[in-house]
Amino acid sequence: MAIAQPLLDKKTSERVKSQLETGGFNLAEGAFKWALIGTLVFALLVLTVLVYDVVVDGFPVFSDRLDTFMANPSRTRADETGIFQGLRGTFWIGVFVILLTFPIGIAAAIYLEEYATDNWLTRTININIRNLAGVPSVVYGILGLTIFVGILKGVYGDVALSRGNTTTAGGLTLAALALPVVIITSAEAIRAVPSSLREAAYGVGATKWEVIKSHILPYAAPGILTGTLLSLARALGEAAPLILVGAVQGKLGPRTGFFELQQLGEKFTAMPIVITDMAKQPGSEWQPVTAAAIVVLLLVVLTFNAAAVILRNRFERKRQG
Amino acid sequence: MAIEAQRMQAEESSKSTSPASGDAVSPSVEGSAVAVKSESEAVVRLDDVSVYYGSFRAVRDVTMPINKNEITAMIGPSGCGKSTVLRSINRMNDLIPTARVEGLVSYMGIDLYGEDVDPVEVRRRIGMVFQKPNPFPKSIRDNITYGPRIAGIAKNEWDDLVEQSLRSAAIWDEVKDRLDDSALGLSGGQQQRLCIARAVATKPDVLLMDEPCSALDPIATGRIEDLMQELKNDYSIMIVTHNMQQAARVSDRCGFFTTELDSQSDRRTGQLVEFDETEKIFSNPSDERTENYVTGRFG
Amino acid sequence: MAVATPQPAGLLSGNSRRRARERVVHIIVAAAALTSILVSIGIVGSLLYRAVEFVAGLADPGAVDLAEARNGIGFSNLWSDKWAPRFFDFDVKTLLVGSLVVTVVAMAVAAPIGLGSAIYLSEYASDRVRKVVKPILEILAGIPSVVLGFFALRWIAPNVVGNVFDGADGQSLLAAGLGVGLLTIPLMASISEDAMRSVPRALRMASAGLGARKRTTTVSVVLPAAVSGLVAAGIVATSRAIGETMVVFLAAGASGNTALFTVNPLERGSTMTAAMASQASGTDGTISELGFGSLFFVGFVLFVITLTLNLIADRFVRRVREVY
Repeated sequence: MAIAQPLLDKKTSERVKSQLETGGFNLAEGAFKWALIGTLVFALLVLTVLVYDVVVDGFPVFSDRLDTFMANPSRTRADETGIFQGLRGTFWIGVFVILLTFPIGIAAAIYLEEYATDNWLTRTININIRNLAGVPSVVYGILGLTIFVGILKGVYGDVALSRGNTTTAGGLTLAALALPVVIITSAEAIRAVPSSLREAAYGVGATKWEVIKSHILPYAAPGILTGTLLSLARALGEAAPLILVGAVQGKLGPRTGFFELQQLGEKFTAMPIVITDMAKQPGSEWQPVTAAAIVVLLLVVLTFNAAAVILRNRFERKRQG
Repeated sequence: MAIEAQRMQAEESSKSTSPASGDAVSPSVEGSAVAVKSESEAVVRLDDVSVYYGSFRAVRDVTMPINKNEITAMIGPSGCGKSTVLRSINRMNDLIPTARVEGLVSYMGIDLYGEDVDPVEVRRRIGMVFQKPNPFPKSIRDNITYGPRIAGIAKNEWDDLVEQSLRSAAIWDEVKDRLDDSALGLSGGQQQRLCIARAVATKPDVLLMDEPCSALDPIATGRIEDLMQELKNDYSIMIVTHNMQQAARVSDRCGFFTTELDSQSDRRTGQLVEFDETEKIFSNPSDERTENYVTGRFG
Repeated sequence: MAVATPQPAGLLSGNSRRRARERVVHIIVAAAALTSILVSIGIVGSLLYRAVEFVAGLADPGAVDLAEARNGIGFSNLWSDKWAPRFFDFDVKTLLVGSLVVTVVAMAVAAPIGLGSAIYLSEYASDRVRKVVKPILEILAGIPSVVLGFFALRWIAPNVVGNVFDGADGQSLLAAGLGVGLLTIPLMASISEDAMRSVPRALRMASAGLGARKRTTTVSVVLPAAVSGLVAAGIVATSRAIGETMVVFLAAGASGNTALFTVNPLERGSTMTAAMASQASGTDGTISELGFGSLFFVGFVLFVITLTLNLIADRFVRRVREVY
């Protein structure tokens, strides 16, 4: 009742009202926001259009000769060439990464998070791993060329059809390349395990390894899996280190079967190398073949990548909720 | 870190085992009549125990027993080192790289920080219940059987053990029909009783409880307090609480801790002011600081 | 009150088999952690060894076929007007400037677009938009560089550089730089977004509470608070751009591992990484030991540059962690 009298006179009230209501649109605000949207749309658009374009370009190859394209080795004619050897090499590189990098990387992460005390050695290892993650991939090629190829030259000698630049050398090189990422992401996942869980397990008399095996690793598994998938995807898409290790661009000798172990001591190629070689061919008839090969590589790499991202997001939401 | 602690501890214990060691014990304990009685029944003893985090002394010169089939409480304002002392008894402090224990912590006369002592075995015999209920994200059954399993108890005994443990934690009737459901589906109070069941499943002698009711509502708290009275028939219990009424209700003996500015580090160090029968602590404490605290004048 | 003399551990000594297993596990995981050190030693060792070998070869060429060397062999070969290891022209500055040009172009694309996307995602986008867009961006970050290389060679070079700047096929440092830029956008966006999201909400509230509009809050509160992380993002992206190989190898247009010194992005050129790749791919026929050794020398220079950048970035990242 006491407020029946207006608090402000009419003129002031009008002014306040107009000031409060101008917030609806502001030119500078709007322009800024739309510029930001523009950058995001550009980023998404270019990359998705690129993927779309490659699929469209490569489609004729899949519809005309999917079988020969998948089963043929590299040939000098675009309408005969295939990606068999590339797929085979990429498969075996994946085997190396999974068998070597995953166990070593996860074990190293366990050491750093659960065992290591804070001393100079631990700090050195940590700094070292962060820096390794930033080393350009081509430099890993030098490691492969000097050390792995050098050692394998001695192992296989001149008997095999290579001078050390074998599937094994390529696999070891990319296994080394993937290692730091696996360690870093696994360590992050282990660090995120709540300490109450650790205490509960230690409290009933579990040893360190028992705590790790039955409680920490199961809890950190989604995060670890995400990291390993990302690193696998990255390794399978790498071309530069393989070029240095001596992966074959162009025709590759004998036709060893997809799963035959014998090829570990033979010259090799891989999908990214096959694509590089195709992309460098001058004729326009190579364009659809290259695009088709890229589609296959993207299918492999982006599947792993997408699986990793989806897995992480799902578990993040679950843990928060 | 552990080795260092052992070494220091060894020096310390050789001192305190000498006949003249009585001088080093804090006067309040020495003066009380219970001290003599407690000696024969003590399952765990703390003698001149100090705990350090790096160079910081968190709590100093604690001397007190945990008597058989009794509930011993530690009270005092927060940050006075009660939990730190509790965790030094089952060597949970080993998990903090910088933590270090001086003085003698003994269990059945065995120096818990002695050279041949396996902390894993210590934790099996001296169980622990934590401030926040922390069941494993597994089934109710797996929560109970985990301890016995790693301790090497035969599989055919597990079913009995599950029922026995859950019964002694007074939660059997509530969960017997859903032993294979996730423990995370239980209410807070149920989770905490499950954690108690999990702790007794390894057949410990001593149960350490670190503010076990601080995350629970009054009804759940009451249940746990009742449960503790039953458990003390089989176990010796030490409980940390900052709830004075709780200590008065449940405990037989009580130690009052407070903090004092440490002149050497310029930080607050916890210390045991007085240890006595609970009734005496709350009705007729011998130290003025204890009286101020229990009458609510500070803290 | 006397204290009981401590007894031997006896019933507390635990299970010796369990303890033995603990020790074995400890050794295994420690060995795994040391593997990472071995990888580093392998990288630095092989780089150093072979780079020194190359430099020593310049000082004392020995049996090199001097007919190919226009002006003989010596340290002066490291300073000329082109990079052509076959002819003993090891002008490192050609490659350094080539890398610089490509990186500048790449960052001119990646920095504004990556940062803009990050600002939008962190400050403006609704939860629903972010939940959809961010994963897409992360998945796109996984596109292999050889794919971008193909795109730069077959599309950017003729359609953007060729058309706009009137070149023949458009293969140039500019085309390579644009490709590298596209490749780097998701990385730039993702690190920048992390940096901005780590700015406490309270700061934004304080600014809004003073009547600042969103843009003002973003520009004058959030960005300055996140500046360390944003700088780190820029450095990491730069380092990635310098180290990127395949896009340049395919689209920069240097053939047979030969490149003339140029600062003009519209010309063909080479970078440190591309020179290494073409040296190793053997497309330029047989080459002398000394010429091949240049690969390691360039690799060493590249390693030192990226390592320095990463260490600087690490500093900035740690500063962010200390503040919040």
